Amino acid sequence: MITKRIIPCLDVKNGRVVKGTNFQNLNDVSSPVELGEYYSAEGADELVFYDITASYEERALFTDILKEVARRVFIPLTVGGGINTVADFDRVLHCGADKVSVNSGAIRNPSLIEDAAKKYGSQCVVLSADIKRVGGEYHVFAKGGREDTGMEALAWIKRCVDMGAGEVVVNSIDTDGVKGGFDLPLLSAVCDLVRVPVIASGGAGCAGDFLTLFREVPTIDAGLAASVFHFGEVNIKELKQMLAQNGILMRV
Amino acid sequence: MIAIVEYGVGNLFSLLSSFAALGIEVEVTAEKAVLSRASHIILPGVGAFGDAAALLRENGLDAFIKDSAAEGKPLLGICLGMQMLFEESHEFGIHRGLGLLKGQILPIAPKIPPSYKIPHIGWNPLSIKKESPLFANIKDGDAVYFVHSFYAECQREDLLATAEYGAELTAAVASGNVYGCQFHPEKSGEVGLNILKGFAAL
Repeated sequence: MITKRIIPCLDVKNGRVVKGTNFQNLNDVSSPVELGEYYSAEGADELVFYDITASYEERALFTDILKEVARRVFIPLTVGGGINTVADFDRVLHCGADKVSVNSGAIRNPSLIEDAAKKYGSQCVVLSADIKRVGGEYHVFAKGGREDTGMEALAWIKRCVDMGAGEVVVNSIDTDGVKGGFDLPLLSAVCDLVRVPVIASGGAGCAGDFLTLFREVPTIDAGLAASVFHFGEVNIKELKQMLAQNGILMRV
Repeated sequence: MIAIVEYGVGNLFSLLSSFAALGIEVEVTAEKAVLSRASHIILPGVGAFGDAAALLRENGLDAFIKDSAAEGKPLLGICLGMQMLFEESHEFGIHRGLGLLKGQILPIAPKIPPSYKIPHIGWNPLSIKKESPLFANIKDGDAVYFVHSFYAECQREDLLATAEYGAELTAAVASGNVYGCQFHPEKSGEVGLNILKGFAAL
């Protein structure tokens, strides 16, 4: 049986890994290459590599860092941030990325998902959605969580999967940086809606939050986090052992 | 020297890096002269079967790879590269493959319960069905990384390993000197590197 995945996310700005509370107040943590290697050795199942400011400042990805990570780390690598065209897919796929996540780029131009899926296959196209409750509805936010698009999130996710997104990262802005656990109601709603793998993001504060996630939302495929890993609050190896001991299928 | 066939699809960077980490000489090439010199050939691939098969034919590489395999040169297809070793695929129409292995590429969806997600993405333990040099350095139950929506319906005798996903999906195949992995050894950590090492030792 397929195992549940634990995915550290490396948010990168100016060549350094950062993690902001609710996407603001970024502070430098460490080198993406060293962190990537460390996580891989600790048993991370995948790495997500986001240039979190790229969509805001329209900067290109740090492909040289990506290459260096891919040269040393032999686990799947997803890259996001500033992916606006099929040419952007090309660029990062040639640097060792396996999957490419689209967010603001797909909001501006939804056919990007369709075009990329046609060219590289659905398995390559990850929809990343930043979601926040607004007036009793789930809304999709753009530009790194800065801008309310007014779009209803579940309808948006469904549409993107229908267009060819092969995986969905659901990032709850409401729980991100709060460290009070994942957004279980939102994640359950997304898992009920689509048949592609769903990755939970935003809210992990301790190892127990991952156990709650996999128990309460059994159809979730992976848990993604940044700061709890970067600041050493949760050790990936110990986390996976604990989850396995509690009956969650893990690669240990 | 191991040659990795370059025909315009796939993530060759990680495959190259894997062999570099193993200290094994590789070359990425579309040149028949280089492929001829190579001791082993790897056929990679990501994307849609029809497009990839057409690209291979355009370059005249399909016949060349078949000839190399017939001469006994070890050949390893990875992911879509493995699928292309088979006779035909039913991904978006019916497309002809290299026909080095008997069988067809079919969608996973009708084969598994609806509660299972498509694509099959993630780490899944290998259930080894047959001893193989590919598995010389790994053990039954080691997990490898899969990303696919179609699977190979192959001959029983060619089946090296499966992965359980609501059905026993073909994970690795071999017939003589022709090998295939549905999963990505270059993305399967230490286990994957050990599988590539096993192939290189052939």
